[in-house]
Amino acid sequence: MKFPVKTLLAALLGAIGLHASAQISDGIVKIGVLNDMSGLYSEITGPGSVVAAKMAVEDYLKSSKSSLKIEIVSADHQNKPDIGSNIARQWYDTDKVDMIVDVPTSSVALAISQVSREKGKIHVNTGAATADLTSKACSPNTIHWLYDTWMLANGTGKAVVQHGGTSWFFLTSDYAFGLALERDTEAVVLKNGGKVLGKVRHPLATQDFSSFLLQAQASKAKVIGLANAGGDTTNAIKQAYEFGIVKGGQTLAGLLVFLPDVHSLGLEKAQGLYLTETFYWDLNDQTRTWSKRFAALNSGKYPSMDQAGVYSGVLHYLKAIDAAKTDDGTKVAQKMKDLPTDDILFGKGSVRKDGRKLHPAYLFEVKKPSESKYPYDYYKLLATIPADQAFRPMSEGECPFVKN
Amino acid sequence: MEIFGIPSQALFGQLLIGLINGSFYALLSLGLAVIFGLLNIINFSHGAQYMMGAFVAYLSLQWFGLNYWLALVISPVVVGAIGMVIERSMLVRLYKLDHLYGLLLTFGLALIIQGLFRNAYGASGMPYAVPDVFMGAIDLGFMFLPKYRAWVIVSSMFVCLTTWFVIERTKLGAYLRAATENPSMVQAFGINVPRMITLTYGFGVGLAALAGVMAAPIYQVSPMMGADIIIVVFAVVVIGGMGSIMGSILSGFGLGLIEGLTKVVYPEASNTVIFVIMAIVLLIKPAGLFGTEK
Amino acid sequence: MNHAVSDSQDMRHQWLVFGLMFAFFAVAPYFIYPVFLMKVMCFALFACAFNLLLGFGGLLSFGHAMFFGTAGYAAAHAAKVWGLTPELSVLFSTLCATLLAWVVGLLAIRRQGIYFAMITLALSQMVYFVYLQTPFTGGEDGIQGVPQGHLFGLIDLSNSSAMYAFVLGVFLIGFALVWRIVHSPFGQVLKAIRENEQRALSLGYDTDRFKLIAFVLSGLVAGMAGGTKALVFRLASLTDVHWSMSGEVVLMTLVGGLGTLFGPVVGAAVIVTMQNYLAQLGSWVTVVQGLIFVVCVMLFRKGVIGEIASLIRKPL
Repeated sequence: MKFPVKTLLAALLGAIGLHASAQISDGIVKIGVLNDMSGLYSEITGPGSVVAAKMAVEDYLKSSKSSLKIEIVSADHQNKPDIGSNIARQWYDTDKVDMIVDVPTSSVALAISQVSREKGKIHVNTGAATADLTSKACSPNTIHWLYDTWMLANGTGKAVVQHGGTSWFFLTSDYAFGLALERDTEAVVLKNGGKVLGKVRHPLATQDFSSFLLQAQASKAKVIGLANAGGDTTNAIKQAYEFGIVKGGQTLAGLLVFLPDVHSLGLEKAQGLYLTETFYWDLNDQTRTWSKRFAALNSGKYPSMDQAGVYSGVLHYLKAIDAAKTDDGTKVAQKMKDLPTDDILFGKGSVRKDGRKLHPAYLFEVKKPSESKYPYDYYKLLATIPADQAFRPMSEGECPFVKN
Repeated sequence: MEIFGIPSQALFGQLLIGLINGSFYALLSLGLAVIFGLLNIINFSHGAQYMMGAFVAYLSLQWFGLNYWLALVISPVVVGAIGMVIERSMLVRLYKLDHLYGLLLTFGLALIIQGLFRNAYGASGMPYAVPDVFMGAIDLGFMFLPKYRAWVIVSSMFVCLTTWFVIERTKLGAYLRAATENPSMVQAFGINVPRMITLTYGFGVGLAALAGVMAAPIYQVSPMMGADIIIVVFAVVVIGGMGSIMGSILSGFGLGLIEGLTKVVYPEASNTVIFVIMAIVLLIKPAGLFGTEK
Repeated sequence: MNHAVSDSQDMRHQWLVFGLMFAFFAVAPYFIYPVFLMKVMCFALFACAFNLLLGFGGLLSFGHAMFFGTAGYAAAHAAKVWGLTPELSVLFSTLCATLLAWVVGLLAIRRQGIYFAMITLALSQMVYFVYLQTPFTGGEDGIQGVPQGHLFGLIDLSNSSAMYAFVLGVFLIGFALVWRIVHSPFGQVLKAIRENEQRALSLGYDTDRFKLIAFVLSGLVAGMAGGTKALVFRLASLTDVHWSMSGEVVLMTLVGGLGTLFGPVVGAAVIVTMQNYLAQLGSWVTVVQGLIFVVCVMLFRKGVIGEIASLIRKPL
């Protein structure tokens, strides 16, 4: 019998491997923050997300005394799937990035999810809304961390219908996100006995909404549903005032509104808007302390829900790496689902098999100018939607690898 | 009441919006037509100069507290001056070459200007407030027309007609037109032709900047605002006739109206309708509706 | 724009440069990120196609992105929805681009000079907006997750070396096609038309037909480039049909050298490299591209290869 050199060697190497404290590729955990740094979503995500990610790394190393070496890189995808996927591919192939976080703009998120799966890396998405990320386009390498269009539709959409908004006209951003949000909200409106009188699609990053708003006005719908976000939503709301749409009796429903949007609109124009978010800086003492710390590092601007999400997602990712003792994307993603989540911003939660993170959602109403007592005091809490009701049940989704 | 099966309220509303867009098309194509008609330069940086006009208004407000009315004067002067520097230093060397090079140069300049602004200010718009006297809207019955937008329509018509009058009906305009037909002859009469050309380019650029200031309260001040509109304006100029002043004015307003109409009747086509018309015009009468073949 | 008529001695130089180019692309993937090189090759081919029309034919098309982008969508759709193998997808996409070029050419050829450029711009804008609306292109999302498939049903192209070889092959075929056209009797007539159309007409050549064929061939090669690129990046998007893409290919050709064979390849390499390395600096890429345009137009009209060619007094 030949001396089993190869087997012995393999066993030896395997034994050494088992004793390695962590099989981290090239010894560094590299996190890539990919988002819109200069366009219509830059206030909601942008450089603030990088600040949040750095805070997470700092806090994690301090609290867990972990020996991980962690680096953060960032880039601007300019809301274009081809730019985003090129950056992701290069990050994964040559720059040894292990995880990509944030990625607003659903069309880019879908592309990044694909690339991450292709390369066996992991994508923690906090920025994009499309619920398809845990349904038709789900992936074992993608965790949809923060919110999605189903949650928004069932939060804001349902609240508006139940308060008398029984006929709707949609003003929709013409790409994956807007269409998903419109679809999910329409379903809620119809389920709750409302009607949809019309829809109009506008290009992403439109500056002039006058002709679309006139169409909404002509439809005489009680509610004009804004299935868009960021600069598009704020421009539409501002111009709706200019054209006397609100004075004429129609209500505006901002289906996805973030704190920075309310800040740029001002309470005069934003008051009365319903919105659903999973984080608000003024919710409790822990969120307040963190947010003030964040604002000091972010030129005084308070955190958006997405920036808080980046903090929370990066924290849990690092926890999962130490627990799984590897930075292999697919394995860490599984570990993130195995471990329950818990942090000062979102409290206790969990990650489902299809990649959907669960935590409570909050229905807010924007305060009147007279009701606001201090800077960024913008929201009134109307209701808390518990985690098990805030998101679409896994059985109703169309995620292929969960269907059995 | 319905006209052709469309509720009249929707129709008039969209036509009025179309007229507002048309005002900008007219102002911008006027500048382009002046520059091409009189100087034979295809000024691809026209969109970037329009954007600079808006930025000068925004920055003069931010840095010096100068209001909209001052900006209406300062912006065209500042941007026009920059334009004249460009003409004197670069364009003048390209006159003997193929038109192509002028186009490529101005295209390159547009990229530089746009890139610099985008670096400094990001890609989304900066708000610019409507001047106080125009706050509020006029109730026209079928829609509320913001007062500022009404001002845009009126003032752009005024500027367009004044420019047309000066060029087509005054002595100064006559010298200008003569200088493009036969520069040496006009030079022989003692008129400084190169200086006239420089001033004309500056004037065309100034018109773009003026359009930019007027656009600021409506379209937000964004580094990308020129890029989005320049191609449409080219189409307008081609349709009107590349050297014809009146042609550009009429086409600008007319195409704005047609675009508005299309938005009501067949919204999906509203982006392409101007290009379809341009392709048709080029096939039937390439010199444009009001132009003469050079 | 001055170009010497080539003869067999000059051809030897060109063969040498061709050899160098082939050697470079064959060896480079061991040192340089292969996906980057594949991107260079796709754009180099696109620029070669454009140069055929402008540099050799004297026709400036400001809408060439419509062929590049159409091919991208066609290949993406064929590979993803119909499950065609990559070589068939590229063939199909080339066919689509060629047909479009024929239709556009028929409309555009009737006019000259700046009017010709304007028609191509207008038509390409129409194509852009049509693609923006039609569902199959996915609008802003683009067609994502395009499978790379198995070449001839046998070779798995998700293996990056196999993919690289495929792209290199397509590039060489396309380049050889352009070379052959330029050095053929057809190419000679085309150059004659560029120099003096009236004289060519008086010699009895149907100049419109020659221009149309040149336009269609240019669209064909651009289609090869676009279809391949969609397979490399597994994505076809609106960026590829936008007029800024038309502007970029003009820049690549200008920088490399109008009317030279190898100029577009060098130009594409320069521009793609610059875009890659300056990507961190965001909008500075646009500024630098603009600066290059200005410098080339004012001082450096012959482009890199053009300058070298006039130095050694041989066409390249």
